Amino acid sequence: MTNTIDKISSSLSANVSRRGFVVGSAAGGLALGMHLPFGTDAAHAQGAATEVNAWVVVRPDDTCVIRIARSEMGQGTLTGLAQLVAEELECDWSKVATEPITPGQNLARKRVWGEMGTGGSRGIRISQDYVRRGGAAARIMLMQAAADEWKVPVAELAVAKGVITHAGSKRSIRYGEIAAAAAKVTPPEPKSITLKNPKDWKIAGQPLKRLDTAPKLDGSKVYAIDVKLPGMLSAAIKQCPVFGGKIKSIDEAKIASRPGVRKVVRVNDGTVAVVADTWWRAKTALDALPIEWDGGANTTASDLTIADHLHEGLGSATNNGSWGNGDVKKAIAEAAKTVDAVYSTPFLAHATMEPMNCTARISADKAEVWVPTQNAEASLAALSEASGLPLAKCEVYRPDLGGGFGRRGGTQDYTHQAVAIAKEFPGIPVKLIWTREEDMAHDFYRPISQCGLTAGLDADGKLTGLHMRVSGQSINAFLNPATIASGRDMRQLQGLYQEAGDAQFGYTVPNLMIEYVMRNTHVPVGPWRGVNTNQNAVYLECFMDEVARAAGKDALEFRRGLMANFPKHLAVLNAAAEKAEYGKPLPPGVHRGIAQFMGYASYSAAVAEVSVSPQGKLKVHRIVLALNCGHAVNPGQISAQIEGSVAYGLTAALYGECPVKDGRMVDLNFDRYQILRMAEMPKVESVIVPTHDTWGGVGEPTICVTTPAVLNAIHAATGRPVRTLPLKNVKLT
Amino acid sequence: MARLNVNGQVQDVNAEADTPLLWVIREQIGLTGTKYGCGVAQCGACSVHINGEVQRSCSIPLSAVQESDKIVTIEGLSPNASHPVQKAWAEVDVPQCGYCQSGQIMAAAALLAKTPRPTDQDIDAAMTNICRCGTYQRIRTAVHLAAGQGAAAPDSKRQG
Repeated sequence: MTNTIDKISSSLSANVSRRGFVVGSAAGGLALGMHLPFGTDAAHAQGAATEVNAWVVVRPDDTCVIRIARSEMGQGTLTGLAQLVAEELECDWSKVATEPITPGQNLARKRVWGEMGTGGSRGIRISQDYVRRGGAAARIMLMQAAADEWKVPVAELAVAKGVITHAGSKRSIRYGEIAAAAAKVTPPEPKSITLKNPKDWKIAGQPLKRLDTAPKLDGSKVYAIDVKLPGMLSAAIKQCPVFGGKIKSIDEAKIASRPGVRKVVRVNDGTVAVVADTWWRAKTALDALPIEWDGGANTTASDLTIADHLHEGLGSATNNGSWGNGDVKKAIAEAAKTVDAVYSTPFLAHATMEPMNCTARISADKAEVWVPTQNAEASLAALSEASGLPLAKCEVYRPDLGGGFGRRGGTQDYTHQAVAIAKEFPGIPVKLIWTREEDMAHDFYRPISQCGLTAGLDADGKLTGLHMRVSGQSINAFLNPATIASGRDMRQLQGLYQEAGDAQFGYTVPNLMIEYVMRNTHVPVGPWRGVNTNQNAVYLECFMDEVARAAGKDALEFRRGLMANFPKHLAVLNAAAEKAEYGKPLPPGVHRGIAQFMGYASYSAAVAEVSVSPQGKLKVHRIVLALNCGHAVNPGQISAQIEGSVAYGLTAALYGECPVKDGRMVDLNFDRYQILRMAEMPKVESVIVPTHDTWGGVGEPTICVTTPAVLNAIHAATGRPVRTLPLKNVKLT
Repeated sequence: MARLNVNGQVQDVNAEADTPLLWVIREQIGLTGTKYGCGVAQCGACSVHINGEVQRSCSIPLSAVQESDKIVTIEGLSPNASHPVQKAWAEVDVPQCGYCQSGQIMAAAALLAKTPRPTDQDIDAAMTNICRCGTYQRIRTAVHLAAGQGAAAPDSKRQG
């Protein structure tokens, strides 16, 4: 088995090197019709594969290898992208394989595969057009080659499942036979290609099984944490527990004689690593290493100081972005009845199952990493920066991720660290693995926020005014300060936007004001699956239930009355309500809650059914979740994402929080940062209602409605709203 | 030095006595299908069978295992992924990222060995491993399918 894994790792490496000198011929957009080092007739005769174009490689046995530029971390993008290419390619789906491209190859070929970043539920919706054109162009070239060989007009040919036929002469040829000739055909102009109408799809749009399941069933799949290289060393790491703190002193001599230990490395001012022959020896040596930390000024920060800071923002006079209509102050002042509430949501950790890790091998003229990454080009940039070598001498190998959820995008902190450590061992690969405790202590957390809400109702219970003010930490201020140089930062209002198309507020309110006020903390923040839709959906949708109650109206009817101008939001809400049989009485003790929201160009709604025992014990029985993502590339995988999103959202609702004490995180493993398990998983019923017009995301948009639907059902059960999370801290009796 | 019986093969391993079995399996024996997730027996990604019982190998020191103990990892569960649990997992298309699934499959196989026809309550009690992708609903379906309880046919298919 050791040999097998070495072989997998070295063949990955060799395969990449072999293609490493492929240089593209087309500038920008799609590069079609590459001349390849292995695309010659001689190579073909020896049984090699032929690259028809950048997206499609055909093997003599008719296997169509589809190149994948985006990261696969469980969300199913790999299979969906392959379906889109295969649909236009007209190949045999049972003979489809996939192959990841590397950022080094992408760079060498002038980014022929486009961007590689995989976040924001963009994997399919942003690349669908050019990958379909890639598949179509390959089909056109394969058919032209057959027409040239048979000396017949290409219009007389037909193709199905990778076999081209000419009815007139009763001839046929397989893709594997004609691929080498097709590679020499002048590629069509991408813009000239007419893509199929999605209603004619045969492969895309079908609930096909994933292509990447088999190695996940027998232990053979190699994640980055499993990579083995000859002579490899292992590293364990500790960063100052207080964010921004530094190392005061370390006593290396204390662990010098421990078995297998090679070196103590100061990775930076606040980070120390131990390198040993095995990871367990490195980890235990690091545990035994006396380290004194200087936490600095942040040591005084705690949950209370942070909450006070955010609460001050709710009452301040300024904002960092807002939109509205009418005169909300006047409307509320003149209202027959007002409703007020302050909601809050905590920091959350991503807690990918595969901890952060990166294997680096750095020599004088070559820098390589094997890394789980949602943005392989950011990893390449980090590698170049940390190694000091130019991009052309760097390469990133990117095994599929054991979870991503936004943690493994642009920041690449663990890649920087692994490279800094490996530089101490020129030419020798070093694998850095974080402990779970380190992962929980040094995440880029979902930002903490509070929201103050006020609504005004007239004497008939009609909503006349709504004021929402979100006070909290900004992701942009931490990660992309240049984008908010003006001081305006609307990203924290995701899902509450005025603009149509991506994350639009779905209600018409005659007098409306929605504001964000930035209150940053010393805790690093970043995108967490669903990003700001999660918090904002809780604020808006739970408050909507409070207002509906104050108005004496049913939660669904109250919403419907405000949604006439938002037919897509409304249609999804109605689809969820219908599937859940909203009006039908429930068994005694079971209560319903409903919520809708928009994000990632997709519309979501949920109906939750819960019961709360007299002792305050919550049971979530059933979640009906409806999604309109425009085109549904793989309904089976969309359902899987919905089911998983419910688990992710419900974990946050029930348990999710990262308390801060003395400037540091204190819940450092799954014993305290609890995750939903089988016994708590409700029955999830997915309702996919695609309108086949736009391209919306799938991996993230359905998380945000789960929590408010559950909280609204709890409100129905107990008669009291839940305004703080997680529920483990809330008494429901 | 210790001797271990892993997947029917007896081999010598060179590790300190307090090294967790997980890291012996991964680093000394070289079988990486068994995963590290938490190190404190919470998540179950490291689940293996020891004499037929599912155990969290991250919290069992090497010194607690004898040559006579039969250790089975995901790689040794069956030849060619032919165990009914593995086949059901494929049929239901359970895995998303897949990182926890070795442990989930080992837990399910141990459950079915003792309880061939588990109820939902049996599954709740036995399947306590964490899946961050949230594949629990499909795991439940797949356990029932593996048990031959006629779970509803999954809605996925692969076109021929």
